[in-house]
Amino acid sequence: MTNLPKVKSVALRTISTPLILSAVLVVLALITVAYGSRPFNQTMIDIFVRVILVTGLYIFVGNSGVLSFGHIGFTCLGAYAAAWLTMPPMMKELSFPGLPAWLKALQLPYGPGAVLAGIFAGVFALIFGRILMRLSGIAASIATFAMLAMINTIYANWESVTSATNSVVGIPIVRTIWPYLIGAIAAVFIAWAHAISRHGLALRAARDEPTAALASGIDIPKVRLVAFTLSGAVMGLGGALMAHSIGVVTPDTFYLGLTFITLSMLVVGGIGTLTGAVMGVVLLSLLIQGLRWLERGVPVGESTFALPGGLQEILLGVVMIVILARRPSGLFAREFALPAWLGAGRGKSSAAPRNVPAGDA
Amino acid sequence: MLQVLFDALSLGSLYALGALGIALIFGVMRLVNFAHGDVIAFSVFALLWPSTDAVAIVFAGQMPWFLLIPFILAVGAGLSVLSEIVVFRRFRHASPATMMIASFALGFVIRYFLLMLFSSRPKSISLLPALSQPVEILGARMPLLQLITILATIVMLFALSVFVRKTRFGLEMRAAAENFTMARMLGVRANRVIMGAFALSGALAGAISIILGAQTGTADIQMGGAVMLMAFIATVIGGLGSLEGAVLAGFLLGAASVVMQTVLPPEARPFRDAFVYGAVILVLLFRPQGLISARGTKERV
Repeated sequence: MTNLPKVKSVALRTISTPLILSAVLVVLALITVAYGSRPFNQTMIDIFVRVILVTGLYIFVGNSGVLSFGHIGFTCLGAYAAAWLTMPPMMKELSFPGLPAWLKALQLPYGPGAVLAGIFAGVFALIFGRILMRLSGIAASIATFAMLAMINTIYANWESVTSATNSVVGIPIVRTIWPYLIGAIAAVFIAWAHAISRHGLALRAARDEPTAALASGIDIPKVRLVAFTLSGAVMGLGGALMAHSIGVVTPDTFYLGLTFITLSMLVVGGIGTLTGAVMGVVLLSLLIQGLRWLERGVPVGESTFALPGGLQEILLGVVMIVILARRPSGLFAREFALPAWLGAGRGKSSAAPRNVPAGDA
Repeated sequence: MLQVLFDALSLGSLYALGALGIALIFGVMRLVNFAHGDVIAFSVFALLWPSTDAVAIVFAGQMPWFLLIPFILAVGAGLSVLSEIVVFRRFRHASPATMMIASFALGFVIRYFLLMLFSSRPKSISLLPALSQPVEILGARMPLLQLITILATIVMLFALSVFVRKTRFGLEMRAAAENFTMARMLGVRANRVIMGAFALSGALAGAISIILGAQTGTADIQMGGAVMLMAFIATVIGGLGSLEGAVLAGFLLGAASVVMQTVLPPEARPFRDAFVYGAVILVLLFRPQGLISARGTKERV
């Protein structure tokens, strides 16, 4: 069939989206390096880690239309796997006496550790997905939540392997911004490559018209499973990098709080687009930072103007509600793309196929 | 043995009331209301005077019980209706995901509003202290509260089912849950029905907050969260939109938690919740539409 040239043209037509998004991230990183302040550096690292997480979430949620409350579970798996792989053997003896001896003796640098952690999470996503992807709609959402709760319960109680609810300290901390930038850009390109692949297209078809997709011979559980596994791996990678950015992990770091923050960023940004996933993180994170800054106090002439404590979160919630009420499909219901006259494709078709806002959840 | 039964029933009552509160709203507007847990917390804190001290300054809580209970129910209902008017009315045509996140954002606002007024430390309160005295029934000792919880839940469920089945408003609500557009065309006033559902759901949240407050003796801004999650799960495995299913699944979940606590070997007990959630996944695999699937939620082609 004429499959090959066609795929190539889809890639060419849509590659401007990941390129523009990467450029945004690179610019943010360059500003950070030029500015050179440590708290700002840490803030930016947090943003990049969240970009990885929300992009990972988008790979499954955005393309399948099935809201998942469970992906942070894979982040938890990835973060602990990174701890197992990269901590010095002596610290491991203290925190994880129950690990097998070969794993205790092993100490990898953070890069390979993070990749392995991603693969580890991806394997678990494949196993869980085999069971869960037969469900759809709200039943699937609840089942993913049940999965998250299971992972959390196990990690919070398996003393010898996860140190239970105690904080695991001693994970090597990485303070330069570049690995996080590379991770975020890699996540963006993985998401893009999946979205234009045969599986990604089939999955979005199944999201928008399940009956028609089924009638056209799309194996919905299978295409969902592909996305679930891939997004689980990206979430695991994000979890590993998150562990290296803060240096401490506890099971409750990876529970409901992070689940809702990442989901909110995705939905506010635009659940159905990669642009929405990335820009949702960037904009909401900047908003949170701005409000925190106001809360600490800003000198206005003689006096300082400061928001009372707690108002920051309230304002954040209000802003989210207002955005969603005004734009129910998120801030970016369309992908960033170069204008047609710049030659990023052939005229009218430069609107990527994934511009359709998400349908049912 | 009897003790286990009563434990299961009283925990199940709590979950059933919560699940009902979520199912009522889901039925009329397909909204999974994550703010429900925060309405529960708010209802308890309405009894206290705002302060950040550890010891609660009881304010409205000094009322005698026959005023106190209606007061809390009214607070829950009021907040719930207010949230409909201020927030959810703007989301009538939004996708379920958007509504869900909006309700989460609203819950966030309510929680941090409470945090601003009361700080995040749990406060000890004595709500209806007479209820914590133990009573003896058929050889099992249990707090009077447990008995009252079970009885009150049964009464409330009975009253609600009469209300939903026998009154005009209940009929309108059931019609709206089944086919909202059709119901409106036949003269059901949308805003009234939706506000009614929110009021009922809020009053149920108030009832939960009385039970929780009396049971634990503390007021905590997080207190609604755990109940709401279980209630949410119960709503789904009961069959979203089906009120009977929500109640049934709530009691089943309560029973599953309590029974696993006693049956599991001691070394597996910390992992109890993992078993409960595993059971939830199993139920969903075999009955993705829920135990009792509501009409009108199935996809039509």
